Amino acid sequence: MLEIKNLHVKLADEDKVILKGLTLTVPKGEVHAIMGPNGSGKSTLAYVLAGREGYEVTDGDILWNGESIIEMEPDERAAKGVFLAFQYPMEIPGVAGLTFLRTATNAVRKKRELTEMTTPEFMKFVKEKAAKLNIDFEMLKRPVNVGFSGGEKKRSEILQMAMLEPTLCVLDETDSGLDIDALKVVSDGVNALRGPDRAMLVITHYQRLLNHIVPDKVHVLADGRIQKTGGKELALELEKSGYAEFTGKAA
Amino acid sequence: MPAVQETVAQVKKIDVDQYKYGFETDIEMVKAPKGLNEDIVRFISEKKAEPAWMLEWRLDAYRRWRAMTEPTWAKISYPKIDFEDLYYYAAPKNSEGPKSLADVDPELLKMYERLGVPLQEQEILAGVKSDKPRVAVDAVFDSVSVVTTFKDELAKAGVIFCSISEALREHGDLVRKYLGSVVPQSDNYYAALNSAVFSDGSFVYVPEGVRCPMELSTYFRINERETGQFERTLIIAEKGSYVSYLEGCTAPMRDENQLHAAVVELIALDDAEIKYSTVQNWYPGDKNGKGGIYNFVTKRGDCRGRNSKISWTQVETGSAITWKYPSCILRGDNSRGEFYSIAVSNGYQQVDSGTKMIHLGKNTSSRIISKGIAAGYSQNTYRGLVSAHRKATGARNFTACDSLLIGDKCGAHTVPYIEAKNSSAHFEHEATTSKISDDMLFYCQQRGLSEEEAVALVVNGFVRDVLQQLPMEFLAETQKLIGISLEGSVG
Repeated sequence: MLEIKNLHVKLADEDKVILKGLTLTVPKGEVHAIMGPNGSGKSTLAYVLAGREGYEVTDGDILWNGESIIEMEPDERAAKGVFLAFQYPMEIPGVAGLTFLRTATNAVRKKRELTEMTTPEFMKFVKEKAAKLNIDFEMLKRPVNVGFSGGEKKRSEILQMAMLEPTLCVLDETDSGLDIDALKVVSDGVNALRGPDRAMLVITHYQRLLNHIVPDKVHVLADGRIQKTGGKELALELEKSGYAEFTGKAA
Repeated sequence: MPAVQETVAQVKKIDVDQYKYGFETDIEMVKAPKGLNEDIVRFISEKKAEPAWMLEWRLDAYRRWRAMTEPTWAKISYPKIDFEDLYYYAAPKNSEGPKSLADVDPELLKMYERLGVPLQEQEILAGVKSDKPRVAVDAVFDSVSVVTTFKDELAKAGVIFCSISEALREHGDLVRKYLGSVVPQSDNYYAALNSAVFSDGSFVYVPEGVRCPMELSTYFRINERETGQFERTLIIAEKGSYVSYLEGCTAPMRDENQLHAAVVELIALDDAEIKYSTVQNWYPGDKNGKGGIYNFVTKRGDCRGRNSKISWTQVETGSAITWKYPSCILRGDNSRGEFYSIAVSNGYQQVDSGTKMIHLGKNTSSRIISKGIAAGYSQNTYRGLVSAHRKATGARNFTACDSLLIGDKCGAHTVPYIEAKNSSAHFEHEATTSKISDDMLFYCQQRGLSEEEAVALVVNGFVRDVLQQLPMEFLAETQKLIGISLEGSVG
């Protein structure tokens, strides 16, 4: 279970406060959506969950399975099952997708005290997962994300997610830059990973994605706090009325 | 265990364990007194029972060296070297002519075992017949070649692979014909010094039309305190022949700076090809910049024949100071020169390295791919010259120099010279400088890699074009070595 308690976050180098007492609980087996206007702190939340540098937690805590993770390095969190699907995945020139996947898979397995995969085991595993996600195996021979289309990048993120078998998946604007067909492939991939042992936090701007990935709960994030929580129908309301109510309240 | 796997396993052990080679072996050494004069040159020549012409050649070099001054144009700084305060000759006492492994000092064998140099020739020869590539190692302990493996097998193919001292005794005419024909005695300060006092090194001769049946390889090692090491390597590829040679180095840890001034000469005749790869991992000094090897090397290949090809690949991770420009003289028509380089500097290391491609023949081509990675407080300079002489019609060159910076205390510099005296020359130069971004590291760490693993992965991606040029057997451990060299460079 993910428990975010009264989380206050500011930028490390500036006095800008972004999250102002965010509280949120996502039990295992559930998918929660976070919606909110630009600048409400959605991406900051994703980065703080994953442990990116440049943010300072000034108050509150993040517990994953009852354990505080805010002092952990990003790779330790990854080993604990935290996975962030990036809005803008990084390009890594010269590193083939397969090399990256294998290095990551084995790094995580080692930290989870599992045996590292041999080459044949790994190849079998990656071929299975790629086929499920409709990913052309040839794509994995190219350097990670270099020259990928928006759709390829996001599918590659979901493949990484499938390979690393996380228990907490954070998807940051996974729908951005996707056409309808790509959106469907990516959503199917995410839905296939839904399960009783996995908690998911889907961050999005638009209700569109939630037609494909149907959430158990929807939270509205504005001005650094959760302003409202509801069922999946809340997303539809927001689509109609916009965020004015919340940004107005905040102002 | 089949020989090749053992070799690979042992080589792996060498390169992946960072400076655990900081041990010294207790072997009685035969030393010349400190300092350099004509008597020392005579002493060295006599010790090695060299022919008279060799002594004269050395003395000539010595006199020229006396008249020269140290070059100062490179972007490196170091305290002045007192050439009178160095030993110019040291040899393990028992090694004056071991006939087989049984005659070799057991201490030395033990040390090689720790280093992982596979000297068990018998075991290898008795091993399962394997079609996998094999590696012959001519191990150099300080200055004297101790045992040359695979000699018999190479002899069957007509390939001569031995120490240069032995070559002087057994193949004197060949040595006399080619020695100094690419790097003359007076070429530069350090080459002149080397010519006067070189103690040993490797000699390779590949006869006409022969494709050398295995990779040839040498491990250099500097052991005795304050001993300058002056290696001399000479490789001759006759018409239509091919040879691939790998040089790899480790050195024990110590406080005093050590001088190393090697000379390597390659000669490729018509249609011949020489591939020379170096993995250099000498002690770079401690984290405060104290100690480390001073490496002043002259490496040059002469594409003397038509359609000949010389390819240099270097992976430089060690040494406090690197001054090294493996070059190609493209004399034969249609000849080709290549230079692939990875230079990693961390701590207080200083690297000034690059190449010279001298186009003399018609339709000659060259390719330069240089990847410099600077971390810590290091300075990493690429210095290169591409020149086309008046008669070099149709000369072509492509150069790409990429620098990667890790952290904000290091420096990367590119100093390319281009001289085209023939209007048909076609030279291209590309250069980039980039930094490893925090975002890239965070992305990798989010996928479970530690910070160091992330740096190693990104850097290995950066140098991939060059790594691909290395012989397969050395690829994996070189990748690890690069990662290890950059440990502690972030965070």
